[in-house]
Amino acid sequence: MTAATLPAITPGEAHEENPWARAWRRLRRRKGAMVGLAVVSLFVLVALLAPWVAPYDPVATSWSAVRKAPSWAHWLGTDEVGRDVLSRVIWGARASLSAGLVSVGIALGVGVPLGLLAGYAGRWIDAILSRIVDAMLAIPFLILAIALAAFLGPSLSNAMIAIGVTATPIFVRLTRGQTLAAKVEDYVEAARAVGNPHWRIALRHVLPNIVPPLLVQASLAIAGAIIAEAALSFLGLGQQPPSPSWGSMLNSAQRFIAQAPWMAFWPGFAIFAAVLSFNLLGDGLRDALDPRHR
Amino acid sequence: MLAFLTQRLLQVIPTLVLVSMLIFGLQQLLPGDPALIMAGEERDPKVLEEIRQQYRLNEPIPVQYVYWMKGVLSGNLGESMRLKSSVASLVAEKLPVTLQLAGMAILVALGIGIPAGIISAVKKDTAWDYGANLFALWGISTPNFWLGILLIFLFSVTLGWLPASGYVSLAENWRSSLATTIMPAFVLGNAIAAILMRHTRSAMMQAMAADYVRTARAKGLYERRVVLKHALRNAMTPVITLGALEFGTLLSGAVLTEQIFTIPGFGKLIVDSVFNRDYAVVQGVVLVTATTYIMLNLLADIAYVLVNPRLRA
Repeated sequence: MTAATLPAITPGEAHEENPWARAWRRLRRRKGAMVGLAVVSLFVLVALLAPWVAPYDPVATSWSAVRKAPSWAHWLGTDEVGRDVLSRVIWGARASLSAGLVSVGIALGVGVPLGLLAGYAGRWIDAILSRIVDAMLAIPFLILAIALAAFLGPSLSNAMIAIGVTATPIFVRLTRGQTLAAKVEDYVEAARAVGNPHWRIALRHVLPNIVPPLLVQASLAIAGAIIAEAALSFLGLGQQPPSPSWGSMLNSAQRFIAQAPWMAFWPGFAIFAAVLSFNLLGDGLRDALDPRHR
Repeated sequence: MLAFLTQRLLQVIPTLVLVSMLIFGLQQLLPGDPALIMAGEERDPKVLEEIRQQYRLNEPIPVQYVYWMKGVLSGNLGESMRLKSSVASLVAEKLPVTLQLAGMAILVALGIGIPAGIISAVKKDTAWDYGANLFALWGISTPNFWLGILLIFLFSVTLGWLPASGYVSLAENWRSSLATTIMPAFVLGNAIAAILMRHTRSAMMQAMAADYVRTARAKGLYERRVVLKHALRNAMTPVITLGALEFGTLLSGAVLTEQIFTIPGFGKLIVDSVFNRDYAVVQGVVLVTATTYIMLNLLADIAYVLVNPRLRA
């Protein structure tokens, strides 16, 4: 073998690839995840541009257009008081996506610090927090969310809080488990050996290393939160009429299923498409960020 | 094994106590004065005071909790303010309805989820595998209240084959009972079938790569026998134990499914009592649900250790 047959190693290649760049490269290879990401982006765009892309006012009623089947004037038909279903589905994306993001934001904001505390501090703090988490997880998700939403009063923002609080224990448990695994790693040991305070070790050394599983769980939790918001609105505990929400649209559509099936089809399909996209994205992220798939 | 059982049982007690505190605390947060709700049209302060005395509503919350727990431990879950009957009897009346629905949903889930998982694992990376994975994604992503409405439209409104709502008990008329519960059971079982399919697929793939499966093949056994007798038997352990944890999904689903198909079960009882501020019923029903869930978790853990010899030591 001669030197000429060996490829030269440039200094740049010798460096390890940035883990996030590597994850993105892996994610891009997964068709399902990319379809999910594209549909999620589309929903976000539609929600942001709702005032410009919705053809009609979502709450404007028209007695001359009650329960009209899909047509050129109303692509997805109209509802029981003549409101345009397409405009309501577009505006409903705002309610659903913000419910997904805000409630998972609450769950992350409360759950991650508590999980970090339980996992890092251990002993009695861990014992107490873990028992509370066990107790909360013993009550089925939707039943706890219904009880909380009923206590807070029916509104979209209260439904978000109820879903966020209900989703918190999952993040506490996940963060705790990941922290327990991370805190015995050599880099944490090294950070301790050079005299870093505990809070700094937890925030600067442990937290950044447990982000990937949290990110995966967050994307899947958004899917769950969108379904939960729709369920609460369907039961009358979320977005209040006449404001549009996919769940409340399904609630009123149920009564007119024989006369106007389009009223039920499209909001349900929107929930399905949004949830499916977040699930696809979450599955793709899990594969892309999981070291076992490298 | 005994040490594990004792430790696991001891862990359950504080969880149950905390759950009861959580449920009792939640109820205290519900809006509305329970005395006013119980009194109905009556606004006489004397009557209201009597009600408060009778139900100890004037006592501090911790004292009310102790009285409530005393009752719960002796089988008294309180009394429904609206329906004027004991919560225990309401639970006993509604539970069989939801259990029938849940039982049928589990049959649907097992009937679809496990074969789909096996096929997906055995025919990995083929059209069958992609089809089964698509089914799982569909099952997990479809809101059951939407699926319920679509099925009503297809089978009740368009084809006229099945009743859109209502419930007939098995004892009354089994044919009508099946007709009223088949759609809700499918709606409820669909999501769990998807989860079971994913568990079965991953457990079967692990089992199919194991040495004992290679040995079974090396012995010259038919592939069918290798899959069903050797791999499946070992793969079913985690599937069944993980499946038991889907009880929460089943109950959450029952809340919506019973609402859509107007089935007078546990789920509808919870929603109706929340809307009517019927504190005692919400407390009782959620407590029964959570306790059952904790016990199922415990049984699943014990079953897992019992059937897995490596964990028994």
